[in-house]
This record gives sequence, C-alpha cells and structure tokens, in this order.
Amino acid sequence: MKKLSARRRHPLAALVVLLFALAATGGLYTALAPAGEAKAEASDSSLAIEEGKKLYAVGCSSCHGMGGQGGSDGPSLVGVGAAAVDFQVSTGRMPMQAKGPQAPKKPKAYTPEETAQLAAYIASLGPGPAIPESSAYNPADGDSAKGGELFRTNCAQCHNFTGQGGALTHGKYAPNLHDVEPRHIYQAMLTGPQAMPSFPDSTLTPEQKRDIIAWLDAVNTSESPNPGGFSLGGFGPVSEGLYAWTFGIGVLIAAAVWIAAHTAKARKS
Amino acid sequence: MSSETGSSKDVSEEHLPTAQEHGTVTVADDPFADPGLPAHEPRIQDIDEKAAKRSERTVTLLFVLSSLATVGFIVSFLLIPIDKIVYIWPFGHVSGLNFALGWTLGLALFCIGAGAVHWSRTLMSDEEVPDERHQIAASPEVKAEVLAEFRAGTEESGIGFGRRKMMRNSLLGALALVPLSGVVLLRDLGPAPGDKLRHTAWDAGKRIVNENTGLPLRPEDITVGSLTQAMPEGLDLHDHDFHAQIAKAAVMLVRLEPDDIKDEQSAEWGHEGILCFSKICTHIGCPATLYERQTHHALCPCHQSTFDLADGARVLFGPAGHPLPQLRITTNDDGELVALGDFAEPPGPSFWERG
Amino acid sequence: MSTATDAPKSAPSRGGKAPAGERVADWADGRVGVYSLAKANMRKIFPDHWSFLLGEICLYAFIIIILTGVYLTLFFVPSMAELEYSGSYVPMQGVLMSEAYASTLDISFDVRGGLLMREIHHWAALIFVVAIFFHMMRVFFTGAFRKPREINWLFGFLLLVLAMFTGLTGYSLPDDLLSGTGVRFMEGAVLAVPVVGTWLQMFLFGGEFPGYDIIPRFFVVHVLLLPGLMVGLIVAHLILIVYHKHTHYAGPGRTNSNVVGMPLFPVYMAKAGGFFFLVFGLIAMIAATTSINPIWVLGPYRPDQVSTNAQPDWYMGFSEGLVRLMPAWEIVLFNSYTLNLGLLIPLMVLPVVLGAIALYPFFENWVTKDKREHHISERPRNAPTRTAFGVAWLSWYFIALVAGGNDVWAINFDLSINAITWFGRVGFFVVPVVVFIITRRICIGLQRRDRDKVLHGRETGIIKRLPHGEFVEVHEPLSQAKLHALTAHDQYQPAELPASTDANGVQRKVGLLEKARVRISRGYFGEGGQVAKPTAEEYREITSGDGHH
Repeated sequence: MKKLSARRRHPLAALVVLLFALAATGGLYTALAPAGEAKAEASDSSLAIEEGKKLYAVGCSSCHGMGGQGGSDGPSLVGVGAAAVDFQVSTGRMPMQAKGPQAPKKPKAYTPEETAQLAAYIASLGPGPAIPESSAYNPADGDSAKGGELFRTNCAQCHNFTGQGGALTHGKYAPNLHDVEPRHIYQAMLTGPQAMPSFPDSTLTPEQKRDIIAWLDAVNTSESPNPGGFSLGGFGPVSEGLYAWTFGIGVLIAAAVWIAAHTAKARKS
Repeated sequence: MSSETGSSKDVSEEHLPTAQEHGTVTVADDPFADPGLPAHEPRIQDIDEKAAKRSERTVTLLFVLSSLATVGFIVSFLLIPIDKIVYIWPFGHVSGLNFALGWTLGLALFCIGAGAVHWSRTLMSDEEVPDERHQIAASPEVKAEVLAEFRAGTEESGIGFGRRKMMRNSLLGALALVPLSGVVLLRDLGPAPGDKLRHTAWDAGKRIVNENTGLPLRPEDITVGSLTQAMPEGLDLHDHDFHAQIAKAAVMLVRLEPDDIKDEQSAEWGHEGILCFSKICTHIGCPATLYERQTHHALCPCHQSTFDLADGARVLFGPAGHPLPQLRITTNDDGELVALGDFAEPPGPSFWERG
Repeated sequence: MSTATDAPKSAPSRGGKAPAGERVADWADGRVGVYSLAKANMRKIFPDHWSFLLGEICLYAFIIIILTGVYLTLFFVPSMAELEYSGSYVPMQGVLMSEAYASTLDISFDVRGGLLMREIHHWAALIFVVAIFFHMMRVFFTGAFRKPREINWLFGFLLLVLAMFTGLTGYSLPDDLLSGTGVRFMEGAVLAVPVVGTWLQMFLFGGEFPGYDIIPRFFVVHVLLLPGLMVGLIVAHLILIVYHKHTHYAGPGRTNSNVVGMPLFPVYMAKAGGFFFLVFGLIAMIAATTSINPIWVLGPYRPDQVSTNAQPDWYMGFSEGLVRLMPAWEIVLFNSYTLNLGLLIPLMVLPVVLGAIALYPFFENWVTKDKREHHISERPRNAPTRTAFGVAWLSWYFIALVAGGNDVWAINFDLSINAITWFGRVGFFVVPVVVFIITRRICIGLQRRDRDKVLHGRETGIIKRLPHGEFVEVHEPLSQAKLHALTAHDQYQPAELPASTDANGVQRKVGLLEKARVRISRGYFGEGGQVAKPTAEEYREITSGDGHH
C-alpha cells in the first residue's frame, strides 16, 4: 500500500489511470452491447419502429425524404428491407459524410440497437429482404469449391479473383472483401448496395450465397493461407512487376556493386 | 564531311600504360594528357598476413555454411509435410515446406557465391592490367587477297559473270519454290473460318438458363437492379465444345425500369424491361460484366470499354468499337424466358468479314 | 605455323607422369586445341564496374529459368482435356478444369518443392526481362552500341523481344482464368488483322476459340522454339563480347586501344562464377518469401468468366497500356469489311515504340557519319541529345506501362480510372517531349560543371580571408588523372552544308535528306547542343594567371 501511495504522484500515474479507465469502459461496453441488441430483439417491435422513425428523422431524412420516399440526394428506401439498412448502417457507409462517387466503409455512427430500430422502421415502409439468420451465412457450412466457381461467374469481374477489390468507372470501386463479416457479404449480395447489382434468391440461391462466403473465407481473411509467401496484395502481375522492378533487381544490383567495388586499400586516405 | 576533333584519340597511342607514379608526372605541353595507369596499391590483405588469414576464415565459413544449408534443405524436404501451413511474420500463413526449402536452397547458393566473391576481392590479385585491342577490320592486303579468291571461285563455278545464266536461274527458282511445301503443310493447322463466328447456340425458342442454378429463368426471377449470368439451354459444362460455345453465347440479363430505357429498339427487344445482352466485349472478348446498377453502365475489366445498357449498350468509353449485341427475348407458354432467335450480328471481337 | 607438328614426344620431361589434370588437358588439346584456346582467353581482361555486370544478371537468370523450367516439364501436362480436380487443394476439389491447370495445381501442392521451382521460374523470368532492360539502358546511355558493337546491340534487342514472347507463352500455359484471359486477348488481336484475321485465328487455335490446341502449341513454342533461338543468340552475343573485348570508362591509362581490368582466370572466374550463385540464391530467397502467380486462387479458364485486375506480366504491360489508352475507333469499309482500329492501331504502335530504341544507334551514326571504333563508354552527360532521347523514350514506355495497370492504380490510390486513362492519352504525346527538353538541359548543365571543375578545380568548401579583407573559397586543382578523365571524350563538330557552288562555280545539288542531316547535326553538336570542353590553352591561361588555387 505504501508503495502505491508513494508512486501516486509519479508523472506517469495519470496516464496509467487513464488507460485503466479506458480499458474498463471498453470492457464494460463490449460486455453490455450484445445484451442491448438482445433486448432490442425482445422488445415490442412497434416500439422499435417508433424509435427508428425518430432516429431516421434526425439522421437520414435530409437525403432520403421524411417518409423514406427518396429525394434528389438519396434513393427511395421503400422496399429495400431491413437487410439493406443493416448492411449500410453497421458498415458505417450510411449516413454519408460527404458527397462522392461512392459511400466508403467507415466507423459506424449508430449502436447495434439503434441500427435495429432503423432497420425495423425501414422494413415497415414496404416489404424487402430481412436480416438473414446466422445459419444462412456460416462459412463452415458452405462448399468453397462451388463457391469459387460462383464467385468467378458473378463476383470476380468487379471484386477480383479473391475479392481484393477493383476499380469501376469514374472513381467508383468494388471494395476489398478482406475480413468482411459474412453477414455483410450476404446482405450485400441480397440487396445490391450502391453501384453493386443485387443477386436475389431467385438467381443465386441462399445455399449458393453461403458457398460464396465459404470461398471468401478460404482465400481472403487474415487466417487464409498464402502458401507461396507474401501475397503482394493479391493484385497479380502489376504488383509482381513492381516488386521485380524495385526489390528484385535492387538486391541483384547491390550484389553487383559489391562485386565490382574496389577492396579497401592499405593506405590511410 | 564531318567532324572529328580527334586530339584525345591520338594521345592514347603514345601514352600506353606504364607503371608511372600517380600524380608526379609533369606534362609540359598538354595538361590533360593521360598520366597512364596509376601504380597498384596494396590492400590490407596484401601486406598483413593476419588480415589475409581473417579473409580466408570468412570464405571458409561461408562455404561451410552453404554445406549446412544443403543438409538443411534435404532435412526439410524429408521432414516437413507438404500441406503444413505456418504463420511467419511478416509474410503471413505460408507453406512451411516452401519457406524452408527456399531459404535453405537460397542460402546454400548465396554462400557459395559470397565466398567466391570475397575470395576474389580480398585474396586474389587486384592489380589492374591492360590488354591491347587489335584492329578488327582486315588490312587492305588481306582484303584484296580474299576478293581475288572470291572472284576466282565465282569464275570457276560459272555463276558470276553470266556465263551459265540458265543453270543459275533454275537453281534460284528451285530454291524459291521448295519452301512452299512447308507452307502447304501448315494448311491443316485449323479449319476454314466459314461462318463459324456468325452463329451461336442461340435459336428461336431456346430457353434462357441461369448459369448459377442451371434452371430456366422466368421474368419474375429478375428484379430491377439485379444482374444475372445466363446461357442457352442445352449447353453442358462437360460437353466437348462447351468452351467454344459459351465463348460466343454467354449473356447477361438486367432489368431496368421501363422509363430508364432510352433506346426504343432495345426496349422492344427486351421483355418487360428485362434486357439480354451478349456479355462478350466487342473489343477483344473479355466478359464485360462489371454492371453498375445505378448508372446502368457495364464495364469491361480488360480495357475499360464502358457500355450503357440503358441505351442499347452504346459505347461510352474505352477502345470497343461497337455496342454489345442484344438478344431478342420473350416468354414461352410456360412463362419462361426464351430467345426469339440468334443474335442479329456476330457477338465478340470484331473481325474483317464482320461487316 | 604451316609446317607439320613434331611436338608429341616433348610431354613428360620431369620424369614420371604429369598430374592427372594436365594429362586430361593434353588429351583434349590433341583433339580440340585447348591450349591455344586457353592462351587466347584465360587471361582475358574484364573491366571492373558494377554496370558491366547487368548483362551477367540476364545470363544467369536465363540459366536459372532453363534449369527450373526443365524440372517443371517433368510434371506439367500441356493438355486442355477436361478433368474433375481431385488433388489436395480443397477449394478446387470437384471443379472441372484442363489437365494443364490441374497439373499446375499438382506441382504447387502435391510435388514437394514444386511450388518453389514454379516461383523461382516465374520470379527469374520477371527479373530476367527487368535485367535486360537495365543492361540495354546501360549500353544505350554510355554509347556502347557504337561501332563495332551495332550488331551485338541488335542481337541484344532481339533477345529482349524473344524474352517477351517466351514469357507471354509461358504465362499462358497454366490455363488459369488470368492467363486464359490473356489468350483471349491474343485471339482478339489476331482477329483484328485485316483480310486474313479469321483464317489466322482458326490456324492458331485449331478451330474456334479456345479449342484444344493452343496450350500444346504454346508449350512447344515456350520450351523449345523460342528458348532454342535465344540460346543461339546468347552464344553469338557472348562470342561477340569476347571478340570485341569489353568497353571501359575513360580514366588514366584507359584508352580507346586497350581494356584495363582483371584477368578472367582466376579473378573473373571467381567473381562471375560467384555472381551466378548470388543471383540464384537471391532469387531463391525471393521465391521462398514472396508469392507469384498463385494460380490456385485464380480458378480454371472459362470464356464466360473474368476477374478485374486482369493484366499480363509486366514486360507485356506497355502493350496492354497502349490498348487501354486507345479510344473507340472502328471503321466498316464498303459496308462489309470491319477494321477494329481499337486494337489495330495499338498493335502497330507497339513495334514503333520498340523499334525507336532499337534503330536509334543507326540514326545517330547517320547523323555523325563517324567511321571510327569506339571502346570507351561515354558518360551520358557528354552526349546530351542521345541521353535526352533515351530518357524521353523511357518516359514514353513507362506512360504506356503505367496505363496498363490503370485499374490497379485507381483502386489503390482512390483515383478515377477514366482520369488515369485521359492522363495517359495526353501524356503519351506530351511527356516525352517535355522530358527530352529537361534532360538535355540537365546534361548541358552537368557538362558546364565539368568544365568549371577542370578549369577552376574542385570547390573545397574552405573559406579563406585575403589580407585586404576579401573572402574567397579555396579551389583545389584536380589531379592529372581527373583532368584527363574529364576531358577524354570526343566532341563532334556540327556538320555543314557543302558550299552551294563548287570550285568551278557550278551549282551543287544538295539532297533534302542531307539538308535534314545537317540540321539535326547542328541540333546535336551546334550552339546549345553541347558545351565545348576546355582546351589546354584555356587551362594554362587560367592556372598561370591569378593564384586561384
């Protein structure tokens, strides 16, 4: 105890306390947040819709219109479904910060509970795809080989072979799918956010969507193997060529310089 | 005509390298004259046996290291399972075998090289010596001799001065003709093109099959903003000519709000706003299926040709020369989407006879 | 020399037998004359400079490619017959693919060390062409292509072109989705050929695209035809190097009529031999740590599938870029014949770009009309117009190369693909001109600096105060060796038109071509084209005058 009080006045003490406090807050938050979500699910749905409507009026209506009918700055949200809201809001794409070719992924602005309320409100405007059950997108249940074929037919043209992303016209792009949550991949296929076309269950069945998620899980997560070594971003010949032009020839020229350099002479210069 | 100052060229002849002491030459007339090769200066290893011994030890160590790496290579080859994935910072989850074999092989080779170079740099003589060049062109006497012999040879053979023209010309003719056999032999490399590029597997009444599910598509399957990859019914992945057929017949279906379709003929060729386009780019043949639902643009990933699917697949950007061909579609009695015939023009990259 | 030899009985003079090595050499000498060969070459002199080793990198990379390539052929099956994959890579199990692709998967996952060999092969191939490029630029910028080395310059250029096509055919062999897209590009390119395009396409592919013939055909081109030609050219290239002897940079004792360096045996045997192992070792380490062309995630080729970021290997990147920069032009002649200019023009510009650098040496010689042999490598600054042309050419090439990756730059740097393409379209015409002007000025500036250095000595940075209060920087005069090195280069005088009338007063006709040559020559060597190097008189005037040093 004495030791502690002696060090209380240490210049770094405040920092340590601050760090503890931050860690505690974070821990408390992570402990409580899922509980809040569960509560939202349990609570009366009409209450959620009411809450969602309020949130919507404040955060979304300036672009999408008071009743979700759309406006000059944002599309109509009638019939987009809860899945679209969950995708856009929980990946931070909505609300948009500034006008641009495309709304980028960013830290989310709403808590899971608020997101659920917003989703409930939008879902009440018209029938649309609901938030999928977690069993629908569990990569362990999918067939990665079939998923790979489907990915190359439907997705790779924009997202690249392993979902590293690719450019579209005029600054738009298909984002990198590295470590994207399976739920969001599923919702994106279902709803077709922004420039992306949708892949409704009538053309790409739920099992096939899960196969695609299994493929991405096999090739584009932090845990996916790259047997050959460092993957250079997975962009193929461009990054490989760049590497050969810089590091590859660089080390060989360094070796050449060493071979041809004059050995140190005995004199003092 | 032009243009030699030449002074420095001539200087070199009389200043052929001799072991002159560096810097002590006094040149009266030409301050820029070549002082000749500087005297060789010894390295530490040349005068200090200890340093030379050190170099020798380093070189030996490198060669021993190489041997050890080779042993490591063999051991890795035998002991590490081929499917073993290990995490190695910063490279990621890599094949343990590949990593071990690559490094041991690399080290084994590198150490031999490093040892040899260090040996040559520190222990072999580093005295620079000159080697004289010799004129490449022959002397006039040699040239004259050769020309005379050549003339004599042509004279003997009779080719040269038109004495036996007929014989010579018939030989030239025969030599010119004989490679023709080889050219003729190449004829069977492939069939005549005929009208193969004009026809695809599409035909009137052929159902449009979803590539993902293999099932015929119905209008209600295709929602606004969706993209569907499709092919004609009857194509099977296991068919011998599947690739050749799909290379021409692959299509994509999109559905637009009828008001968004700018091209009247295009709308008419579709069905309730469902439009069916060849997805083979008209530039070089990559599938141009980067469809943006908001702009209705389809982009080709190979050279960025951009087509406006709302406007008859008109080319907006990039090197493609003409729109993607559209397939006329309708529904059959069972409510399934079917083609009304083959493409009106050949799909895929342009060719000379395309018209 | 012409008399019959009577040597044989002179062999063992020291009593007993000669060492084994000597006896083997004796045996060989009696049949192929190794002693004369060794006498001529064993103490061959090679100059020491790192830039002279760039060509060796090419040679060694080529040997590495041959060694690993032979290994790969033991396992690779050049067949497009379809099978269902059942090897050990799970995310491809059950997928229908060609035998070529399946065997490449087997090399990667079921042959121990196969993946390493594939990666060494591919990395060495990329580095091979990079090294050719560096080597070629060294030769270009030092003027080492001048007489008598023009033929070897062309051999080297041919090797570059062959290397590009060997790479291209090899890249196509695994029949994955990326390489198949490249083959599709080739089909489109062949179809774009006027009049005979469709016939050529049918002949190349043995029928409609993709058919079953292209991979076996490319295989034989890749492993036999092109490498065979390359081996022949490389041997010729090396023979000419030995025959001409290497160039060297100007310096004390280094003249146009000698070559100064170290002997082949033992020094360069150890250095060059060691360098082979260094190159091989370093490339093996690169392969151990860095993935290249991971075909297992690319999937088998199908004509209805594609991925974004579809590029050829870098050495074909500039042709890809030329095509990407091309606007949409297509002409239909007489309503029945189509010219796909979107492909045709870039494919015609491609040989123009390559030919520009290949034929430059002949252009320069036409301007200078210089018939002398040149064995001293010039410093780039001392040939400002040539250097400017070379750098401008590089910028031209790189604009096209960068345009070939426009989608990858766009996604990684948040740019618009259309903006990059437009930059390339304009840059292709503008950038080389700007670069030419800037480079030439820099070279001339450097020449001026050399001149100052010769005349006024080296700036030491030491400030001295003179008795009357003035501050001056002490300039240290250069050594004789330095003075010589900085003034050893040739300077051409600009060509002049012959007098308009000859000695008899008769009008002399001067051809348009000759007029053009004189103009160009003035641009090269006239006012503003170079800084006259200091003369001995100037030097003496300055050094004997004030006590500047």
